[in-house]
Amino acid sequence: MKNIEILLLENDLDSAKAEAFVTNDESGGIVSFVGTVRKFTKGKEVIRLEFEAYRPMAIKEMRKIAEHILAHYPARRVAIHHRVGVLPIGGIAVVISVSCPHRKDAFLACQYAIDTLKETVPIWKKEVFTDGEIWVAAHP
Amino acid sequence: MTIKIIAFGIAKEILNQREMEVEIHEGATVADVRKQLEADYPAFQKLASLSLAVGEEYREDDFTITENQEVIIIPPVAGG
Repeated sequence: MKNIEILLLENDLDSAKAEAFVTNDESGGIVSFVGTVRKFTKGKEVIRLEFEAYRPMAIKEMRKIAEHILAHYPARRVAIHHRVGVLPIGGIAVVISVSCPHRKDAFLACQYAIDTLKETVPIWKKEVFTDGEIWVAAHP
Repeated sequence: MTIKIIAFGIAKEILNQREMEVEIHEGATVADVRKQLEADYPAFQKLASLSLAVGEEYREDDFTITENQEVIIIPPVAGG
């Protein structure tokens, strides 16, 4: 669908590209969420993150999120770009941009997208610390 | 019957391999496959969740698996 752009990339993400995709004449607001790699998790120092995806299904699930937004919010365009592979501190893991005629809807739709992505999209993240590593969210 | 298991994230580490073949009874469901995995590899019991996908879709417990089908093990996801 021409109003949706889903990417799962091995190279660096650029939020400007997602925002350029969702820009259009009918929208007065673009909201983007940019997820980045932070240096500390619960006081432990992170060296890097490693992302792994079940590619065909991850793309399918991200597309479902974008389609839900176009069907249930007054959104015009949605871009969801996600990284796989190894990311250093400060690296961009995900960019979600949504354009709507008005800002309030764009904020709500973007929040829906990132919250749902974290629940449904088959992507896994390993945090590598100075003294070990864990698969994020794996254990209760 | 034989089915093919494909594992990601921590599930791959628990199985110590990406793909494996598993013998299971005819007419087995998603719940049966999960039960067998948890019995053979108790580390699966400690996960916050363990979903299975077939045909690139999450499947409910009563979904029936057929011979040679690919079953994807989906441990708790953590994108973003």
